[in-house]
Amino acid sequence: MNLNATVLGQSIAFALFAYFCMKVVWPPLVAVLEERRKKIIDGLEAAERAQLDLAAAQEKAGADKEIAKREAAEIVEQAKRRANQIVEEAKDQARAEGERMIAAANAEIEQQANRAKEALREQVATIAIAGAEKILQRSIDQAANEELLKSLAAEL
Amino acid sequence: MAEANGDVLYASGTEYVSHHLGFLTYGKVDGHWGFAHTPEEAAQMGFWAINVDTMLISMILGVLFMAFYYLVSRKVTSGVPGGVQNFVEMIVEFVIESVDGAFHAKNKFVAPLALTTFSWIFLMNAMDLVPVDWIPLFAQTVAGDSHLYFKAVPTTDINITLGFATAVFIMVIYYSLKVKGPLGFANDFLMHPFPKWYLAPLNLLLELPGFFAKPVSLALRLYGNMFAGEVIFLVIALLGWYQLPLHFAWAVFHILVITLQAYLFMMLTIVYLNQAHQVDH
Repeated sequence: MNLNATVLGQSIAFALFAYFCMKVVWPPLVAVLEERRKKIIDGLEAAERAQLDLAAAQEKAGADKEIAKREAAEIVEQAKRRANQIVEEAKDQARAEGERMIAAANAEIEQQANRAKEALREQVATIAIAGAEKILQRSIDQAANEELLKSLAAEL
Repeated sequence: MAEANGDVLYASGTEYVSHHLGFLTYGKVDGHWGFAHTPEEAAQMGFWAINVDTMLISMILGVLFMAFYYLVSRKVTSGVPGGVQNFVEMIVEFVIESVDGAFHAKNKFVAPLALTTFSWIFLMNAMDLVPVDWIPLFAQTVAGDSHLYFKAVPTTDINITLGFATAVFIMVIYYSLKVKGPLGFANDFLMHPFPKWYLAPLNLLLELPGFFAKPVSLALRLYGNMFAGEVIFLVIALLGWYQLPLHFAWAVFHILVITLQAYLFMMLTIVYLNQAHQVDH
């Protein structure tokens, strides 16, 4: 184990290699590690924030649901009230219409009855004349008697 | 492995082991430059010689892992990482965690330095797991010299580990001077552990050996562990067919040693640099 200039050569080579390592190799490697560390930190922070956001959104959704439920109940209530009102109105209308129709029918009936009475009166006069003709047989002046009979029929 | 070559190349097991522990040294011997043919020649070359084998493997591995990191760092994404990016990120995060745990000042150089230290030393240690003859045989074939010395595991060369430790030591001194100033740095030696001016010589006597022991222990710990492991691998390789289960068992255990030694070297580097940045302690 004799010492020789190999010591110097190795010392110099070692220093050069270490210097090269510091200048060229080390910075990009460490930069990448640092960058990844930052990315991971950012990612974790983002996840945490997202979780908080989610919780807030869930809370808000719950509140919105409550409001919507209340509103829906109100709307249903209103609709029910309106429906009842419509039914009542319809009933009233129907009743009025029915009464009106009854009145019209009554009027019609009365008219028909009057017309029938009129016709009956005329027929009675004719029948009476025919009867009288048969009874009298003899030539009674038709014209003279007709006057008489008409006045009789009018009194009926 | 030894049997395959032993009859031809190595007269004895001792020669096999000692040959595998020799370096391919390039230097000046007998007035001309060249490779050493024997360990004695390598020793004659003195300080101005270089271990071509460990240096070459170390550089190949260094360029390999740095190119790998470089390519990955070119196309990293902060989105879902792919398999390779995931693997690199795992190592980088492991290093960042280690640095965060032991280094309390601000210095952009420490973490990349730790990454380089860990990756490089781990890979060099991992050469230990390649069967002991493969790389030397390959080198011998390429060189056309069946007696070529070639050491495959760079961290079993004290020069390599001491090279790392020296660089760390220089950084410790540099940052100590930069952060504490010359006076503050001197104060560390003179006023600790006893903060009395008249005990300064005693403090110096206590602190100075400890300070210089840092790089030496750093280098020797790694070297010693890997060298011992390598020797065991070589001895196992002498056992003929019995080496197979033994080699497997030792290699499995060595995976732990390899990782642990790389981790230790990185952690101690971080700790020493942290001490250099500590103004009060």
